[in-house]
Amino acid sequence: MFGIDWTKVDWQQPPVLARQELRDLKKGIDGSFREFSRTNGEWLEALFEPLLFFLKWFQDLLIATPWPLMLAMVLGAVTAFLFIGYLDMWEDTMATLAIVSIATALCILIGIPIGILMARNSKVEKSILPILDIMQTIPSFVYLIPVVMLLGIGKVPGLIAVMIYAMPPIVRLTNLGIRLVDKDTLEAADAFGADPQQKLFEVQIPLALPNIFAGVNQTIMMALSMVVIAAMIGVPGLGVPVLRAVSNQYLALGLMNGLAIVAIAIIFDRVSQSYGNRLQKHRGGGTND
Amino acid sequence: MTDVKIKIQGLYKIFGNSPIAQLEKIQGGITKQQLLENHNHVLGLDNISLDMYDQKIQVIMGLSGSGKSTLIRHINRLIEPTAGKLLVDGEDVLTFPPEKLREFRRKRASMVFQKFGLLPHKTVIENAMYGLLIQGTDEKDAQSHAQRWLDRVGLTGFENKYPAQLSGGMQQRVGLARALATDADILLMDEAFSALDPLIRTDMQNVLLELQNELNKTIVFITHDLDEALKIGDSIAILRDGALVQCGDAQEIILSPADDYVKDFIKDINRAKVIRLSSLDTEEVYADAPVLPAALTIEDAFKELTKHGSNVANIQLEGTVQGSISIQNMVRAIA
Repeated sequence: MFGIDWTKVDWQQPPVLARQELRDLKKGIDGSFREFSRTNGEWLEALFEPLLFFLKWFQDLLIATPWPLMLAMVLGAVTAFLFIGYLDMWEDTMATLAIVSIATALCILIGIPIGILMARNSKVEKSILPILDIMQTIPSFVYLIPVVMLLGIGKVPGLIAVMIYAMPPIVRLTNLGIRLVDKDTLEAADAFGADPQQKLFEVQIPLALPNIFAGVNQTIMMALSMVVIAAMIGVPGLGVPVLRAVSNQYLALGLMNGLAIVAIAIIFDRVSQSYGNRLQKHRGGGTND
Repeated sequence: MTDVKIKIQGLYKIFGNSPIAQLEKIQGGITKQQLLENHNHVLGLDNISLDMYDQKIQVIMGLSGSGKSTLIRHINRLIEPTAGKLLVDGEDVLTFPPEKLREFRRKRASMVFQKFGLLPHKTVIENAMYGLLIQGTDEKDAQSHAQRWLDRVGLTGFENKYPAQLSGGMQQRVGLARALATDADILLMDEAFSALDPLIRTDMQNVLLELQNELNKTIVFITHDLDEALKIGDSIAILRDGALVQCGDAQEIILSPADDYVKDFIKDINRAKVIRLSSLDTEEVYADAPVLPAALTIEDAFKELTKHGSNVANIQLEGTVQGSISIQNMVRAIA
């Protein structure tokens, strides 16, 4: 059948490209991308320059902030931060705080509008969902390669890598939150003649806030979890000593810095959750007014 | 008779993927059942024509699934019809472009919902102000106006609570205040009191009637409860399977039901509360019997007769005594 001698087919090994051809193919892709980054890398790097300034500025701000003020701002974290300071991880911690904060802020800035668009238009939702799936499932090392080839090693490529990984939850949960807003409430807004903008800002977004906040919270956690991987491409912070500890089997160093990351995660989590709860006081029922 | 405020003509609504194509089949005579089984479309409204009069309460009644909620949503076009006309003050609402439709919803027709439809994240006063703010009224005016309506429906002191902190009856008062605050002359009430318990429901019906006495709005009121319909409706339309079965005032429906479906509906009704003396045949004027107005219900007539210790009443209509009715005839009318 089909002119193939079925007895000679190798059932253990699917048809494979010749080794030479395969190498050429990979080389071709690498080569053309290298060529692309050689010719375009410079202006692309310039394009992301403002990001670097923003990041640097915020990091300097955090470092320059007197430590007593920092402590006052996060009261519940006093002990954690004292330990971090005592164990000489202060600067790394601030660098991590900076990249996580900036990455989260940018994710929110970009992610919420995308989520809103998805909620309003099912076609947009259908086309963006697979992109989010890819962003979440593709191993981060894989997109580190092109980012590094384009922008080199440093903070900005690290920031972009963190954002790719941390953006999906906020987009997904904004979309979901708006879609889950009670149909009866929306109908009431319609019946009173609310236009799409009035509906969005006075009904849909306020009622989607619990979900949006869950998204912000998740985005922060994802950004923190990328700290170690981002350290591989030269992002300063708590990830750097963790990497060093892994390669040199320094148990204490790894543990200390790992726990510092956990401490930041818990602080961020509590702060963002309590802020979210404060926006939701109408849910309380009872007499809390 | 006053003017027609809302005129519905040949209104059809078919739910499904290609309603227009199915319309001909329905007009060609296939039934709702056949449409569902053979063509997978649901007939929501079947050729409804109905006049609703200015400053009257028009009740639309039917069991669940009879299309009454669908019908009321056509009046402010929350649902688009498949075919037909819907004139309000002579203008066809169905031809309004989006901007004009919003204007219509903001200023001319407000709505009260079965599940209240309040905004849970806004306080009572903010909810009552909602329609006004959408109209573009400035914050201060809206607030004082909304406050007046909250006072009027008995919610003084609850302005800063959230809806979740109020009982169902109170939440619906907020819904009513919100709808009244826009000063629209049409009030659409979709099973507004159905979710409330019986005592509170009666209470709200009285609030509504009291307000209507003074406001004279055109009210379209949806209900599945005949007692409620008879109590508040100036005119009652009965729907079944999306089609209009009968339309008339309480007397007409009780005294001459159009078919078995309507008969079934009214069989448990307390007729003494609905039938008025004016609809009974009179005999010769009886000397020394008390004179009662013809608009009295039989139930009230019984009370009067007991008070006077008489078996016969003389009936007065527009200032002149028309004749007499014996208590036996009254009992016969409600039996």
